[in-house]
Amino acid sequence: MDSLLSILIWLPILGGGAVLLIGNERSSTAKWASAVISVLVFILSINLFLDFDTSTSAMQFVEKMSWISQFNIFYHLGVDGISMPLIILTTFSTILVIIAGWEVIQNRVADYMAAFLMMEGIIIGVFSAMDSMLYYVFWEASLIPMLLIIGVWGGQNRVYAAIKFFLYTFLGSVFMLVSLIYMYNLGGSFAISDMHALPLTLVQQGWIFWAFFLAFAVKVPMFPVHTWLPDAHVQAPTGGSVILAAIMLKMGGYGFFRFSLPITPDASSYFAFVVIVLSLIAIVYIGFVALVQKDMKKLIAYSSISHMGFVTLGVFALFSIMKMDSSGELISIAGASIESAYLGLEGAMIQMVSHGFISAAMFLVVGVLYDRLHSREISTYGGVVNSMPKFTGFAVLFAMANAGLPGTSGFVGEFMVILGALQANFWYAFLAAMTLIVGAAYTLWMVKRVFWGPVINPEVSKLNDINAREFGILAVLAVAVLWMGIYPQPVIEVMHVSIANLLEQALTTKIPGML
Amino acid sequence: MMNFNFNVSELMFLMPELFLLAAISCILLFDLYVKKELKKFTYHLSQLALLITGLLAFNLIGESATIFSGTFVLDTLGSTFKVFIAGFSIIALVYSRHYLSVHGLLRNEYFILALMSILGMLVMVSGHSLLTLYLGLEIMSLSLYALIATARDRAFAIEAALKYFVLGAIASGLLLYGMSMIYGITGNLDIAQIASFASLASLEPQETLILNFGLVFLVIGVAFKLGAVPFHMWVPDVYQGSPTSVTMFLSTVPKIAAVALLVRLLIDGLSDFQQYWADLFMILAVLSIAVGSLVALTQVNIKRMLAYSTISHIGFVLLGFVTGVLEGYGSAIFYVFAYILMSLAAFGSIIVLNRSGFEADQISDFRGLSKHSPWFALIMLAVMLSMAGVPPFIGFYSKLFILQQVVSEGYVILAIIAVIFAVISAYYYLQIIKTMYFDDADKDIVVSAPIDLKVVLSINGALILIIGLMPGYWMNLSVSLF
Repeated sequence: MDSLLSILIWLPILGGGAVLLIGNERSSTAKWASAVISVLVFILSINLFLDFDTSTSAMQFVEKMSWISQFNIFYHLGVDGISMPLIILTTFSTILVIIAGWEVIQNRVADYMAAFLMMEGIIIGVFSAMDSMLYYVFWEASLIPMLLIIGVWGGQNRVYAAIKFFLYTFLGSVFMLVSLIYMYNLGGSFAISDMHALPLTLVQQGWIFWAFFLAFAVKVPMFPVHTWLPDAHVQAPTGGSVILAAIMLKMGGYGFFRFSLPITPDASSYFAFVVIVLSLIAIVYIGFVALVQKDMKKLIAYSSISHMGFVTLGVFALFSIMKMDSSGELISIAGASIESAYLGLEGAMIQMVSHGFISAAMFLVVGVLYDRLHSREISTYGGVVNSMPKFTGFAVLFAMANAGLPGTSGFVGEFMVILGALQANFWYAFLAAMTLIVGAAYTLWMVKRVFWGPVINPEVSKLNDINAREFGILAVLAVAVLWMGIYPQPVIEVMHVSIANLLEQALTTKIPGML
Repeated sequence: MMNFNFNVSELMFLMPELFLLAAISCILLFDLYVKKELKKFTYHLSQLALLITGLLAFNLIGESATIFSGTFVLDTLGSTFKVFIAGFSIIALVYSRHYLSVHGLLRNEYFILALMSILGMLVMVSGHSLLTLYLGLEIMSLSLYALIATARDRAFAIEAALKYFVLGAIASGLLLYGMSMIYGITGNLDIAQIASFASLASLEPQETLILNFGLVFLVIGVAFKLGAVPFHMWVPDVYQGSPTSVTMFLSTVPKIAAVALLVRLLIDGLSDFQQYWADLFMILAVLSIAVGSLVALTQVNIKRMLAYSTISHIGFVLLGFVTGVLEGYGSAIFYVFAYILMSLAAFGSIIVLNRSGFEADQISDFRGLSKHSPWFALIMLAVMLSMAGVPPFIGFYSKLFILQQVVSEGYVILAIIAVIFAVISAYYYLQIIKTMYFDDADKDIVVSAPIDLKVVLSINGALILIIGLMPGYWMNLSVSLF
């Protein structure tokens, strides 16, 4: 199909509109309609995955139409190996949240489902837009459903969290808008590929780099602009937390791959040290912050920030591993092997996908407990295993994955990034590897306090174990986590050629006169 | 040298104005002499008159002529502006009628005064001499003063009318003073003659000085009519005090006429002095964006909040004129149209909430709207996000267009200031969304608006999204006007 990507974008958006029209009164119809649409979109995205040609880094499934002729803006879509896994992640997670909200959401059901469907379409748009203005439109539009999801279905302090979330990310992205316009005025095109080819001096690249950095760092989120995330996660309903952690954070990581590295390669190299330091602070310091949390969702939110630190570390460690010599050959710095550069970037990608699964699973685990006792406090629980043995099995598996146990997806990405970082600098790897201890500490300590030990709260002994719906969701995620952990090859294969191309772009100088 | 040549065939170019004037007279007589039960048709006749005026203006698009010895110009810009004035006025009158009837303010003079002010705007748009421009401005303004005072038993409305009148008279005085300076040095009222006199290359230093002196007053006059900081003092009080339907009218259609005044005086007349007036506009624009964004943060009255939001939008419009290139002017025009579309929908949403004995003008009146009336809450959501500049709504593209022009002329710092304040202003737009969606309703909101209001408001809301998805045509149109 020529317009498969458009269908993937617009089917959920228009479907969401239709679900809105079904109305909150007919909640059962709305739920079934949403489930059917999300499954349909997932099947179509699998179709996209199967037809994807892994031997080329060129954009595939390209669609191009003139959109705003005044500015040469095109409705231009396409996927490559970097966006492909993230699109699958999006369609997969959306099914999960729709099913996860099935009985839990009683208030304005149709609106809830519609918001997630529209969000799905918009985020697929972000990952497949090839025109920077189209990308920006989707990027900003994704804030609207999330604002409403947090604000309408959130917890006690939802208004503060929703508005903080919106303003933080909005502030980050307007500078990106100005730099996109700036580049348009230099090159006369908003096409991302033209921006990749645009020659820029180091000073220009520096400004553009920081404008992009602000937008993406807020989204990832990186230390010190991460403070919106714990608030947003704690207040958001379970489904909102899942989408936020599993997909929206990836928009930031994707931005580094698609914009920062290829458009401002010299500035990225120049400032890589700053980004690496911030990433390491996120990995280590935020890990310790997670250790002292009393609220389970907050703990997982901080652990998300810590894990996303691996993504930025893997991306920017590249510049300490390799450079391009005067003849245009890639050579390694300080005797590192060429493969280690790939390890960093591919590890970052794997980490994004894996974190998508694990954080979704962890938030769903908390959601299951919250639905029963309406508390996220760790101290409320204790000895949950006595009344919910099946559930505890899943919870422990996901906790192990979160701690980076070999055999789970959490291990693969982190290990690849650490290996890559080791080639760059021993201390990078040493500090990053600290997370294996800290991460294990906060995750397992939480598991100990929630699931093991004596039952203190009499409510806990009356808990019902998970039902078939909850079992199904967690089982699917468990399979995904284990599969990624044992056999990540298909995902690596999909992105490998695109990563190679990106590596080349990121190491080719753009400074006029040095070309 | 003012030989007044008159040719009957030239009247053809004057059709919209002539028709509207005749229609106003007939409607006035109709309203005086018909029986009471037929009086409700005054409204329909007014709408019909506006529709025909708009069509006549549309018919003239593409024609270009300067008639009546250069005092009246017909060009694409003028005709297009007239079509938009008529179109937006039709929407405004649909919204107005509901408000007026639930509050017992429905008197037919309202429509006649509105038509009269529209006639003034049409004259302004086509004015090609200082005299015609001033004549149009006064026809418009005097009708607007009276329009505010139609709510004669409301103290706030009388205060607003008086305030607007006094300050408006001062502004007109300043504008006239500037015009007299220009006339004094050029010896001409005709814009084309002024333009040919005021070419920098051939001017003596003293002449430049005097023209500059006059120019400052022209800019003040225009800035006052637009409501740019620091000539904005009247805006919040007049917006809050006027009946909501008049506030809506004031904040929308006359802005087109004010922009036309700016175009005629400064771009057509004193284009060689662009560097001088652009510097003035830059200060006005930055101040307007800053003050409009910051002061609105603390408002609880939604009309007052929208007044400050208007001020900051006007700042963006002025940024478009700062650029000094035709595309930049086009971006300003696009912004004005987008702003009016959004403003109409915002006031329409306020008016929908009004019912007999209940004046909705507080932000808290929107509380829980999304539960009681999800459709109108959705429209207001789109309007607020659009005003904040969030895609995919039209407000984003208007900001994008302005920013692109500003950056391409090298004012990157201006663009950065503008976007920072745009983020700040997003906070108060989000407050409305919060009130509608996140707060629980403490009282039942009943939407009892008539069907025509609901339909027009729905179309208006939909346009904010649809033009947002396909803005290309309107951007090209705005640029093609220059």
